[in-house]
Amino acid sequence: MFFQLVVSGLSFGSLYALIALAMVIIYKTSEVPNFGQGEMAMISTFVAFTLLVTEGYSFAVSFALTMVFAAALGAFLEFVFLRRAKDPNILSLILITLGFQMVLYGLASWKWGADQKDFPFPVSDFDVINLGPAVISYLNIATLLITLVLMLMLFLFFRYSKVGIAMKATQQNAMAARINGIRTNRILSLTWALSSMIGAVAGMLLAPIATLDPNLMLEPLVKGFAAAVLGGMTTLVGAALGGYILGILENLFGGYVSLEFKSIVAFLIIVLVLCFKPSGLFARHYVRKV
Amino acid sequence: MDMKRNYYEDIQLLDSGVLWFWFIALIASLITLPFLIPSYHIYMINYMAINVIVTVGLNILVGYTGQISLGHAGFFAIGAYGTVLMMTNLHLPFLLALILSALIAAFFGFILGLPALRLEGPYLAIATLGFGMAITQVIGRWQVFGGRMGLEVPELALGPLAIDTDRRLYFIIITMAFLLILAARNLMKTRVGRAFIAIRDSDIAAETMGVNLTLYKTLAFAVSAFYAGIAGGLMAFLLGFISPSSFNFILSIYFLAFVIVGGLGSILGSIMGGVVMTWLLLVLDKVQELPYLGEVLVSFSERWMNLAGLPNIASIIFGLIIILLVVFEPLGLYGFWIRTKIYWKTWPF
Repeated sequence: MFFQLVVSGLSFGSLYALIALAMVIIYKTSEVPNFGQGEMAMISTFVAFTLLVTEGYSFAVSFALTMVFAAALGAFLEFVFLRRAKDPNILSLILITLGFQMVLYGLASWKWGADQKDFPFPVSDFDVINLGPAVISYLNIATLLITLVLMLMLFLFFRYSKVGIAMKATQQNAMAARINGIRTNRILSLTWALSSMIGAVAGMLLAPIATLDPNLMLEPLVKGFAAAVLGGMTTLVGAALGGYILGILENLFGGYVSLEFKSIVAFLIIVLVLCFKPSGLFARHYVRKV
Repeated sequence: MDMKRNYYEDIQLLDSGVLWFWFIALIASLITLPFLIPSYHIYMINYMAINVIVTVGLNILVGYTGQISLGHAGFFAIGAYGTVLMMTNLHLPFLLALILSALIAAFFGFILGLPALRLEGPYLAIATLGFGMAITQVIGRWQVFGGRMGLEVPELALGPLAIDTDRRLYFIIITMAFLLILAARNLMKTRVGRAFIAIRDSDIAAETMGVNLTLYKTLAFAVSAFYAGIAGGLMAFLLGFISPSSFNFILSIYFLAFVIVGGLGSILGSIMGGVVMTWLLLVLDKVQELPYLGEVLVSFSERWMNLAGLPNIASIIFGLIIILLVVFEPLGLYGFWIRTKIYWKTWPF
């Protein structure tokens, strides 16, 4: 029982970790928690669904096209909405992300309706393999592997690629980065594109487990925030670890304490972490000076 | 602009005979209005008044105290479910149940205010978002609250008088809205209100002047939640049926949109925002019936989109309104009103 809960917790946790990563990447550069993250992922998943089912492309082609769409969507939102704030304070930036969250939610509900759809995924959720005392479905294994590969790619990207290093430079000190010849505006758009792509992968991995409708990402959005807060909003590794911890904790709570209240775990974690260790478990704490 | 020469002039509700005249005219028209218009319009006004109550309450928190809340649908739900459950299970009279459940909402607001002491900006937004979602999900899964199926709202009576029509409900809702707006307006002129504003402008400066941050931040949350609780309780009776899906995250953002559209930090703005946006919401709900635009949208939906999803256009338009206002007119309708007023007063200069 315990082992089973941990294994399926890890699988959910890796999804939370992906969403948390997507948020942290944006939070570090734009300094705003992106409340539209879930809807960006949701609409990308719907695009993948349309390509797969309505247009009948193969999964690989649909996946590639969806990634292109997600990247374009992220860059578009940054360029069209976020950059327009003239005197950006934190409240107005949050409100702008909430604004396009609603626009995307409305568009998706208008285009695809509220009825629930099944997302065809090449790996089945019903075929399982026995892993000692626990069973794990092929889909869970795929989720875990894809997430790990993606994280490795992100690590390499930020470590070795020129764009990745430029992104890190922009995150640390935008002014200094600009003096050194980095077009920080372009980097910002690229950051949003990258984040949107990660979110889209999370959405496509989540859609076969849940059912695909415009509310797909509402709950995972909070979970992603909880994971990011738990690990620390400013570290990528922390956010990923936070996702796994949240997934396992939540599943254990659901298994041993109460299934009804499983979903308040995320909220409790947010509040407790923020009260006792506001910068998260894995990040250094900065105190604001007057 | 009128000068205020001393403190007592500042706290006066109405400072001139002309204003008294308009004030009495307003009360008289509010009393006679429901006898002159059809039932659907009364329903609409009830809806507006309830949203105005939430907006005024949320504005006390967001506009005056400078704290953000993305979880007000949670307090709204506590008010609605609290009132209904207390009336069906404990057989309490309506007003008592309404006020008790608003106090419960205020208590939850106080609890949520505690983390707000240490959080600001983005973190507070995340925490309140988590709160709102948690409330909706607990309500949706727990059988006491009727689960996903929701709850039937009991029949409403004030003493011997049955409140069974929108017209009778109108008087309850409007009285509540009127009293709560007056209360908010007066609150802002007191020590408490000034403390809220000081916290908004700079919490560190406020603290050095002797404003007790713990007390006033939690108080702002509690007051704001109380307003949302009252509005929720009234909304249950307006709708006649409540289910968890009526209190989702989107509703919290709608409330925030009302405040932004009306104007941060203004009671009059909250009233305008609540009224205008509720009207827009109800019109967009039946957008296909609009004279010319409706047909265009219907044929567009049939060609490119999905006709059943057309009412969701409200969400798109609200989102765009939020973004445009934040970028171009952060003061909202109230800012527009003030500028128009000054323009006419100083004309031709």
